Amino acid sequence: MDSSDDNELARLMRAAIAGDERAYGEFLRRAACLVRGFARRKIVNGGIDPEDIVQETLLAIHLKRHTWREDAPVAPWLYAIARYKLIDAFRRRGRRMEIDIEAIAEPAAEPQAELAREWEINRALESLAPGQRSVVAAVSVDGRSISETASNLGMSETAVRVALHRGLAAIARRFGRG
Amino acid sequence: METNELIKALAADTRPPPASLSTVWWGAAALAAAVAAAVFLATLAPRPDLAAAAGTLRFLFKFVVLLTLALGAFGALRILSRPEGDLRKTVPLLMASPILLVAAVTLELFTTPSESWPERLMGTSNVYCFLLVMAIGLGPLSIFLLAMRHGAPSRSGIAGAVAGLLAGGIAGTIYVLHCTDDSPLFVATWYTLAIAGLSGLGALAAQRLVRW
Repeated sequence: MDSSDDNELARLMRAAIAGDERAYGEFLRRAACLVRGFARRKIVNGGIDPEDIVQETLLAIHLKRHTWREDAPVAPWLYAIARYKLIDAFRRRGRRMEIDIEAIAEPAAEPQAELAREWEINRALESLAPGQRSVVAAVSVDGRSISETASNLGMSETAVRVALHRGLAAIARRFGRG
Repeated sequence: METNELIKALAADTRPPPASLSTVWWGAAALAAAVAAAVFLATLAPRPDLAAAAGTLRFLFKFVVLLTLALGAFGALRILSRPEGDLRKTVPLLMASPILLVAAVTLELFTTPSESWPERLMGTSNVYCFLLVMAIGLGPLSIFLLAMRHGAPSRSGIAGAVAGLLAGGIAGTIYVLHCTDDSPLFVATWYTLAIAGLSGLGALAAQRLVRW
Protein backbone atom coordinates (compact mmCIF):
# COMPACT_ATOMS: atom_id res chain seq x y z
CA MET A 1 0.00 0.00 0.00
CA ASP A 2 1.79 3.18 -1.16
CA SER A 3 0.72 6.79 -1.14
CA SER A 4 -0.89 6.71 -4.61
CA ASP A 5 -3.11 3.81 -3.46
CA ASP A 6 -4.04 5.82 -0.40
CA ASN A 7 -4.80 8.91 -2.50
CA GLU A 8 -7.12 6.80 -4.63
CA LEU A 9 -8.87 5.43 -1.53
CA ALA A 10 -9.23 8.97 -0.16
CA ARG A 11 -10.66 10.15 -3.49
CA LEU A 12 -13.22 7.31 -3.50
CA MET A 13 -14.17 8.02 0.11
CA ARG A 14 -14.66 11.74 -0.54
CA ALA A 15 -16.84 10.90 -3.55
CA ALA A 16 -18.77 8.43 -1.40
CA ILE A 17 -19.40 11.00 1.33
CA ALA A 18 -20.65 13.37 -1.39
CA GLY A 19 -23.23 10.69 -2.29
CA ASP A 20 -21.58 8.64 -5.09
CA GLU A 21 -22.88 5.12 -4.49
CA ARG A 22 -20.62 3.43 -7.05
CA ALA A 23 -17.48 5.07 -5.67
CA TYR A 24 -18.54 3.89 -2.22
CA GLY A 25 -18.99 0.30 -3.41
CA GLU A 26 -15.52 0.41 -4.97
CA PHE A 27 -14.07 1.89 -1.77
CA LEU A 28 -15.62 -0.85 0.35
CA ARG A 29 -14.35 -3.63 -1.97
CA ARG A 30 -10.81 -2.27 -1.70
CA ALA A 31 -11.15 -1.81 2.05
CA ALA A 32 -12.36 -5.43 2.34
CA CYS A 33 -9.22 -6.66 0.52
CA LEU A 34 -6.92 -4.69 2.82
CA VAL A 35 -8.70 -5.83 5.98
CA ARG A 36 -8.80 -9.45 4.76
CA GLY A 37 -5.01 -9.41 4.33
CA PHE A 38 -4.59 -7.84 7.75
CA ALA A 39 -6.91 -10.32 9.49
CA ARG A 40 -5.28 -13.35 7.84
CA ARG A 41 -1.84 -12.16 8.97
CA LYS A 42 -2.98 -11.57 12.54
CA ILE A 43 -5.14 -14.67 13.11
CA VAL A 44 -2.60 -17.48 13.28
CA ASN A 45 -4.21 -19.95 15.68
CA GLY A 46 -7.61 -20.13 14.04
CA GLY A 47 -10.69 -19.89 16.22
CA ILE A 48 -11.77 -16.69 14.52
CA ASP A 49 -12.85 -16.52 10.89
CA PRO A 50 -10.96 -13.64 9.20
CA GLU A 51 -14.05 -12.99 7.09
CA ASP A 52 -16.03 -12.19 10.27
CA ILE A 53 -13.46 -9.50 11.05
CA VAL A 54 -13.73 -8.16 7.48
CA GLN A 55 -17.51 -7.87 7.73
CA GLU A 56 -17.53 -6.36 11.20
CA THR A 57 -14.88 -3.83 10.15
CA LEU A 58 -16.86 -2.85 7.03
CA LEU A 59 -19.93 -2.20 9.17
CA ALA A 60 -17.86 -0.04 11.54
CA ILE A 61 -16.27 1.84 8.64
CA HIS A 62 -19.74 2.60 7.36
CA LEU A 63 -21.27 3.72 10.65
CA LYS A 64 -18.17 5.68 11.74
CA ARG A 65 -17.16 7.19 8.39
CA HIS A 66 -17.63 10.68 9.85
CA THR A 67 -14.59 10.01 12.10
CA TRP A 68 -12.30 10.07 9.05
CA ARG A 69 -10.82 13.52 8.38
CA GLU A 70 -11.01 14.33 4.68
CA ASP A 71 -7.43 15.65 4.66
CA ALA A 72 -5.98 12.60 6.46
CA PRO A 73 -4.65 9.37 4.89
CA VAL A 74 -7.16 6.51 4.83
CA ALA A 75 -4.94 3.53 5.70
CA PRO A 76 -4.10 4.40 9.35
CA TRP A 77 -7.77 5.06 10.06
CA LEU A 78 -8.90 1.88 8.33
CA TYR A 79 -6.33 -0.38 10.01
CA ALA A 80 -7.08 1.19 13.40
CA ILE A 81 -10.73 0.17 13.02
CA ALA A 82 -9.73 -3.34 11.88
CA ARG A 83 -7.37 -3.70 14.86
CA TYR A 84 -10.08 -2.55 17.27
CA LYS A 85 -12.52 -5.11 15.87
CA LEU A 86 -9.91 -7.88 15.92
CA ILE A 87 -9.04 -7.22 19.58
CA ASP A 88 -12.76 -7.14 20.38
CA ALA A 89 -13.23 -10.52 18.67
CA PHE A 90 -10.29 -12.07 20.55
CA ARG A 91 -11.73 -10.79 23.83
CA ARG A 92 -15.16 -12.25 23.09
CA ARG A 93 -13.60 -15.53 22.03
CA GLY A 94 -11.60 -15.64 25.26
CA ARG A 95 -14.80 -15.32 27.24
CA ARG A 96 -16.56 -17.92 25.14
CA MET A 97 -13.71 -20.40 25.64
CA GLU A 98 -13.99 -20.01 29.42
CA ILE A 99 -17.67 -20.81 29.15
CA ASP A 100 -16.89 -23.85 26.96
CA ILE A 101 -14.44 -25.17 29.54
CA GLU A 102 -17.06 -24.84 32.28
CA ALA A 103 -19.54 -26.73 30.12
CA ILE A 104 -17.05 -29.55 29.56
CA ALA A 105 -16.42 -29.80 33.29
CA GLU A 106 -20.09 -30.66 33.79
CA PRO A 107 -20.32 -34.47 33.98
CA ALA A 108 -23.61 -34.53 32.04
CA ALA A 109 -22.20 -32.58 29.10
CA GLU A 110 -22.47 -34.51 25.84
CA PRO A 111 -20.05 -33.92 22.99
CA GLN A 112 -21.85 -31.88 20.37
CA ALA A 113 -21.84 -32.65 16.68
CA GLU A 114 -19.71 -30.29 14.63
CA LEU A 115 -22.06 -27.79 13.03
CA ALA A 116 -21.53 -26.19 9.67
CA ARG A 117 -19.62 -22.90 10.02
CA GLU A 118 -22.18 -20.21 10.67
CA TRP A 119 -21.23 -16.65 9.86
CA GLU A 120 -21.66 -14.22 12.69
CA ILE A 121 -23.41 -11.73 10.45
CA ASN A 122 -26.23 -14.18 9.68
CA ARG A 123 -26.96 -14.59 13.38
CA ALA A 124 -27.12 -10.80 13.69
CA LEU A 125 -29.36 -10.62 10.61
CA GLU A 126 -31.74 -13.22 12.06
CA SER A 127 -32.09 -11.24 15.27
CA LEU A 128 -33.52 -8.21 13.42
CA ALA A 129 -37.18 -7.25 13.44
CA PRO A 130 -38.90 -8.91 10.44
CA GLY A 131 -39.40 -5.65 8.51
CA GLN A 132 -35.75 -4.62 8.77
CA ARG A 133 -34.59 -8.17 8.06
CA SER A 134 -36.53 -8.46 4.79
CA VAL A 135 -35.27 -5.05 3.59
CA VAL A 136 -31.61 -5.82 4.43
CA ALA A 137 -31.87 -9.29 2.85
CA ALA A 138 -33.52 -7.94 -0.32
CA VAL A 139 -30.82 -5.29 -0.86
CA SER A 140 -27.86 -7.50 0.07
CA VAL A 141 -28.51 -11.19 -0.63
CA ASP A 142 -31.01 -10.65 -3.48
CA GLY A 143 -29.15 -7.62 -4.83
CA ARG A 144 -32.30 -5.52 -5.31
CA SER A 145 -32.27 -1.74 -5.64
CA ILE A 146 -34.04 0.52 -3.15
CA SER A 147 -36.92 1.17 -5.56
CA GLU A 148 -37.36 -2.55 -6.44
CA THR A 149 -37.37 -3.41 -2.73
CA ALA A 150 -39.93 -0.70 -2.08
CA SER A 151 -42.37 -1.97 -4.70
CA ASN A 152 -41.80 -5.66 -3.80
CA LEU A 153 -42.50 -5.06 -0.13
CA GLY A 154 -45.20 -2.42 -0.65
CA MET A 155 -43.26 0.23 1.23
CA SER A 156 -42.24 3.79 0.37
CA GLU A 157 -38.63 4.31 -0.71
CA THR A 158 -38.06 6.49 2.36
CA ALA A 159 -39.31 3.71 4.64
CA VAL A 160 -36.97 1.24 2.88
CA ARG A 161 -33.99 3.58 3.38
CA VAL A 162 -34.80 4.05 7.05
CA ALA A 163 -35.26 0.29 7.61
CA LEU A 164 -31.99 -0.44 5.78
CA HIS A 165 -30.05 2.10 7.84
CA ARG A 166 -31.51 0.97 11.16
CA GLY A 167 -31.10 -2.69 10.23
CA LEU A 168 -27.40 -2.23 9.43
CA ALA A 169 -26.84 -0.30 12.67
CA ALA A 170 -28.57 -3.08 14.64
CA ILE A 171 -26.47 -5.74 12.91
CA ALA A 172 -23.32 -3.84 13.85
CA ARG A 173 -24.46 -3.67 17.49
CA ARG A 174 -25.26 -7.37 17.70
CA PHE A 175 -22.35 -8.66 15.65
CA GLY A 176 -20.62 -11.53 17.44
CA ARG A 177 -22.85 -11.18 20.49
CA GLY A 178 -25.65 -13.49 19.31
CA MET B 1 -24.51 -13.19 3.91
CA GLU B 2 -21.37 -12.97 1.77
CA THR B 3 -19.06 -9.97 2.13
CA ASN B 4 -19.97 -8.79 -1.38
CA GLU B 5 -23.63 -8.87 -0.41
CA LEU B 6 -22.91 -6.84 2.70
CA ILE B 7 -21.07 -4.27 0.58
CA LYS B 8 -24.17 -3.91 -1.63
CA ALA B 9 -26.29 -3.13 1.42
CA LEU B 10 -23.75 -0.65 2.83
CA ALA B 11 -23.37 1.16 -0.50
CA ALA B 12 -27.16 1.41 -0.84
CA ASP B 13 -27.40 3.11 2.56
CA THR B 14 -26.78 6.54 1.08
CA ARG B 15 -28.13 8.65 3.91
CA PRO B 16 -25.65 11.49 4.43
CA PRO B 17 -23.13 10.71 7.18
CA PRO B 18 -23.85 12.31 10.56
CA ALA B 19 -22.24 15.58 11.66
CA SER B 20 -18.44 15.62 11.61
CA LEU B 21 -16.62 14.89 14.86
CA SER B 22 -15.11 18.35 14.90
CA THR B 23 -18.54 20.01 14.82
CA VAL B 24 -19.79 17.74 17.59
CA TRP B 25 -16.79 18.48 19.84
CA TRP B 26 -17.11 22.25 19.49
CA GLY B 27 -20.83 21.98 20.18
CA ALA B 28 -20.22 19.76 23.20
CA ALA B 29 -17.59 22.15 24.60
CA ALA B 30 -19.89 25.17 24.23
CA LEU B 31 -22.79 23.30 25.84
CA ALA B 32 -20.60 22.00 28.67
CA ALA B 33 -19.28 25.49 29.45
CA ALA B 34 -22.84 26.85 29.45
CA VAL B 35 -24.09 24.08 31.77
CA ALA B 36 -21.17 24.57 34.18
CA ALA B 37 -21.72 28.35 34.20
CA ALA B 38 -25.45 27.90 34.82
CA VAL B 39 -24.85 25.54 37.76
CA PHE B 40 -22.31 27.99 39.18
CA LEU B 41 -24.61 31.00 38.87
CA ALA B 42 -27.56 29.10 40.33
CA THR B 43 -25.73 27.87 43.43
CA LEU B 44 -22.69 30.09 44.12
CA ALA B 45 -21.68 33.72 43.93
CA PRO B 46 -18.36 35.19 42.81
CA ARG B 47 -16.06 36.06 45.70
CA PRO B 48 -16.79 39.59 47.03
CA ASP B 49 -13.23 40.80 46.40
CA LEU B 50 -13.09 39.48 42.82
CA ALA B 51 -12.02 42.79 41.26
CA ALA B 52 -9.13 43.19 43.69
CA ALA B 53 -8.13 39.51 43.47
CA ALA B 54 -8.13 39.53 39.67
CA GLY B 55 -5.03 41.71 39.75
CA THR B 56 -2.99 39.37 41.95
CA LEU B 57 -0.47 36.93 40.55
CA ARG B 58 -1.77 33.94 42.54
CA PHE B 59 -5.34 34.37 41.30
CA LEU B 60 -4.24 34.78 37.70
CA PHE B 61 -2.05 31.70 37.97
CA LYS B 62 -4.97 29.62 39.24
CA PHE B 63 -7.08 30.76 36.34
CA VAL B 64 -4.34 30.14 33.75
CA VAL B 65 -3.37 26.66 35.00
CA LEU B 66 -6.99 25.44 34.90
CA LEU B 67 -7.71 27.02 31.54
CA THR B 68 -4.52 25.43 30.17
CA LEU B 69 -5.71 22.06 31.44
CA ALA B 70 -9.11 22.51 29.75
CA LEU B 71 -7.61 23.59 26.41
CA GLY B 72 -5.01 20.81 26.41
CA ALA B 73 -7.56 18.14 27.35
CA PHE B 74 -9.91 19.40 24.63
CA GLY B 75 -7.18 18.97 22.00
CA ALA B 76 -6.24 15.54 23.38
CA LEU B 77 -9.85 14.36 23.46
CA ARG B 78 -10.37 15.33 19.83
CA ILE B 79 -7.36 13.19 18.90
CA LEU B 80 -8.34 10.23 21.09
CA SER B 81 -11.93 10.08 19.85
CA ARG B 82 -10.76 8.91 16.41
CA PRO B 83 -9.81 5.25 15.86
CA GLU B 84 -6.24 6.10 14.82
CA GLY B 85 -5.79 8.64 17.64
CA ASP B 86 -2.15 8.55 18.71
CA LEU B 87 -1.59 8.75 22.47
CA ARG B 88 1.91 10.19 21.99
CA LYS B 89 0.51 13.26 20.24
CA THR B 90 -1.59 14.07 23.29
CA VAL B 91 1.34 14.11 25.74
CA PRO B 92 2.53 17.70 25.07
CA LEU B 93 -1.07 18.94 25.24
CA LEU B 94 -1.70 17.25 28.57
CA MET B 95 1.68 18.10 30.14
CA ALA B 96 1.43 21.90 29.84
CA SER B 97 -0.83 22.38 32.85
CA PRO B 98 1.04 20.04 35.28
CA ILE B 99 4.35 21.73 34.34
CA LEU B 100 2.88 25.16 35.13
CA LEU B 101 1.55 23.82 38.41
CA VAL B 102 4.89 22.32 39.48
CA ALA B 103 6.64 25.58 38.60
CA ALA B 104 4.16 27.62 40.65
CA VAL B 105 4.39 25.28 43.64
CA THR B 106 8.20 25.50 43.53
CA LEU B 107 8.03 29.28 43.40
CA GLU B 108 5.57 29.36 46.31
CA LEU B 109 7.84 27.13 48.43
CA PHE B 110 10.83 29.40 47.76
CA THR B 111 9.04 32.68 48.45
CA THR B 112 6.97 31.84 51.55
CA PRO B 113 8.09 30.81 55.06
CA SER B 114 7.70 27.11 55.75
CA GLU B 115 5.55 27.76 58.87
CA SER B 116 2.82 29.14 56.56
CA TRP B 117 2.74 26.08 54.26
CA PRO B 118 0.20 23.95 56.15
CA GLU B 119 -2.20 26.88 56.34
CA ARG B 120 -1.73 27.68 52.65
CA LEU B 121 -2.23 24.05 51.66
CA MET B 122 -5.34 23.47 53.76
CA GLY B 123 -6.91 26.88 52.99
CA THR B 124 -10.34 27.60 54.40
CA SER B 125 -12.55 25.74 51.95
CA ASN B 126 -10.70 22.53 51.08
CA VAL B 127 -13.36 19.80 51.13
CA TYR B 128 -15.95 22.28 49.96
CA CYS B 129 -13.74 23.10 46.95
CA PHE B 130 -13.20 19.42 46.16
CA LEU B 131 -16.93 18.64 46.25
CA LEU B 132 -18.01 21.71 44.29
CA VAL B 133 -15.52 21.24 41.47
CA MET B 134 -16.67 17.61 41.21
CA ALA B 135 -20.33 18.67 41.23
CA ILE B 136 -19.89 21.39 38.61
CA GLY B 137 -17.90 18.94 36.45
CA LEU B 138 -20.51 16.16 36.38
CA GLY B 139 -22.74 17.84 33.78
CA PRO B 140 -19.86 18.59 31.39
CA LEU B 141 -18.51 15.04 31.85
CA SER B 142 -21.86 13.54 30.84
CA ILE B 143 -21.96 15.75 27.75
CA PHE B 144 -18.44 14.69 26.74
CA LEU B 145 -19.24 10.99 27.20
CA LEU B 146 -22.24 11.40 24.89
CA ALA B 147 -20.07 13.20 22.32
CA MET B 148 -17.53 10.39 22.59
CA ARG B 149 -20.18 7.84 21.65
CA HIS B 150 -20.46 9.74 18.37
CA GLY B 151 -16.74 9.16 17.83
CA ALA B 152 -14.80 5.90 17.71
CA PRO B 153 -12.02 5.83 20.32
CA SER B 154 -9.74 2.80 20.16
CA ARG B 155 -9.04 3.12 23.91
CA SER B 156 -12.24 4.23 25.51
CA GLY B 157 -10.88 4.13 29.07
CA ILE B 158 -8.07 6.59 28.33
CA ALA B 159 -10.38 8.81 26.29
CA GLY B 160 -12.84 8.79 29.20
CA ALA B 161 -10.11 9.79 31.64
CA VAL B 162 -9.20 12.74 29.39
CA ALA B 163 -12.89 13.68 29.16
CA GLY B 164 -12.80 13.86 32.98
CA LEU B 165 -9.74 16.15 32.82
CA LEU B 166 -11.60 18.41 30.40
CA ALA B 167 -14.72 18.48 32.58
CA GLY B 168 -12.54 19.19 35.63
CA GLY B 169 -10.65 21.93 33.79
CA ILE B 170 -13.90 23.67 32.86
CA ALA B 171 -15.42 23.25 36.33
CA GLY B 172 -12.22 24.49 37.98
CA THR B 173 -11.89 27.50 35.69
CA ILE B 174 -15.39 28.58 36.66
CA TYR B 175 -15.10 27.71 40.38
CA VAL B 176 -11.99 29.93 40.59
CA LEU B 177 -14.36 32.93 40.57
CA HIS B 178 -15.80 31.79 43.91
CA CYS B 179 -12.77 30.27 45.63
CA THR B 180 -10.78 32.52 48.00
CA ASP B 181 -7.85 30.13 48.56
CA ASP B 182 -5.25 31.32 46.09
CA SER B 183 -2.04 29.48 47.06
CA PRO B 184 -0.63 27.12 44.41
CA LEU B 185 -0.26 24.62 47.27
CA PHE B 186 -4.04 24.65 47.70
CA VAL B 187 -4.68 24.35 43.95
CA ALA B 188 -2.17 21.50 43.57
CA THR B 189 -3.95 19.56 46.32
CA TRP B 190 -7.69 20.16 46.28
CA TYR B 191 -8.35 21.05 42.65
CA THR B 192 -6.12 18.15 41.60
CA LEU B 193 -8.07 15.74 43.80
CA ALA B 194 -11.39 16.83 42.32
CA ILE B 195 -10.09 16.68 38.75
CA ALA B 196 -8.56 13.25 39.37
CA GLY B 197 -11.92 12.09 40.71
CA LEU B 198 -13.71 13.26 37.58
CA SER B 199 -11.03 11.63 35.46
CA GLY B 200 -11.42 8.27 37.19
CA LEU B 201 -15.18 8.51 36.86
CA GLY B 202 -14.81 9.33 33.16
CA ALA B 203 -12.56 6.31 32.58
CA LEU B 204 -14.96 3.90 34.30
CA ALA B 205 -18.05 5.31 32.57
CA ALA B 206 -16.47 5.37 29.11
CA GLN B 207 -15.38 1.73 29.33
CA ARG B 208 -19.01 0.79 29.83
CA LEU B 209 -20.78 3.36 27.64
CA VAL B 210 -18.46 3.92 24.68
CA ARG B 211 -18.48 0.73 22.60
CA TRP B 212 -18.73 0.66 18.86
